[in-house]
Amino acid sequence: MLPYPILTLMLVLMWLLLNGFTLGHLLLGIVVAVFASWAMASLRPEKPKFGKWYLLPKLFGIVLYDVAVSNLHVAKVILRAGSRKHNPGFLAIDLEIRDHFAIAVLAVVLTSTPGSAWLEYDSNDNTVLLHVLDIDNEAAWRDTIKNRYEKLLMEIFA
Amino acid sequence: MMVNAADIPLWAAVAVAFFLLVGATLALIGAIGFVRLPTFYERIHAPTLGTSWGIGGIMVASMIFFSVAASRIAIHEILIGIFVTVTTPITFMLLARAALHRDRAEQNGKAPDKHTGSGSGPEEIQDEA
Repeated sequence: MLPYPILTLMLVLMWLLLNGFTLGHLLLGIVVAVFASWAMASLRPEKPKFGKWYLLPKLFGIVLYDVAVSNLHVAKVILRAGSRKHNPGFLAIDLEIRDHFAIAVLAVVLTSTPGSAWLEYDSNDNTVLLHVLDIDNEAAWRDTIKNRYEKLLMEIFA
Repeated sequence: MMVNAADIPLWAAVAVAFFLLVGATLALIGAIGFVRLPTFYERIHAPTLGTSWGIGGIMVASMIFFSVAASRIAIHEILIGIFVTVTTPITFMLLARAALHRDRAEQNGKAPDKHTGSGSGPEEIQDEA
């Protein structure tokens, strides 16, 4: 009946956000979402395996904070581009997570954080190539990604 | 029922103005970075200012304004934020990988090889700087 309950729920929620919270739209949204999730099922995508899903808000909070901090940092780098040299560089990191959804979330996190960009993921040796705008503290970047994000993601997508 | 923009309470006006300014300033700085930063790989960092807290600030301002002015909860802007955040990495990787591919093919030196060990990129850059 409902192959992707989370997707269905999110679609209903999106429908209500776009059209207003009324009973009519709730019913219409449910119909649309159920049919859409059936259509999705015929594509047979991989299902995410959630472990400690309740850690998601924690990850969200951490990311929101980190993005704000690095926004300020990158803004400073840009505004002082003439006077002070920053030190851009590439960074290759061996990942431990293998779950596709976790890797996708990590890519979204690192891309939306200004100052780090996800260039290339190699599924053969599970490494990712990043470009970092200010690599002065390479160990700190590594530590942030490995301990701050990856550990949490491994717990969420267990 | 919409009220006039000038009639919304002061606290809301201050909050809306604050978030709008923060968002717009970040988007502007991102655009400046686009012009000022010297290499492609540095330039791809600049627009993320606009797609993270740039859009976030404007989104929050819009939510506060329309929630107060229309006196009903208006939070569908969140969808814009979600979809922008989820879709930017795709464009980013496409551009970045195209650049990497070209740099490797032309052996521009700056781009690390496909199978570098960890952290062999930075030294090259440091030599150059």
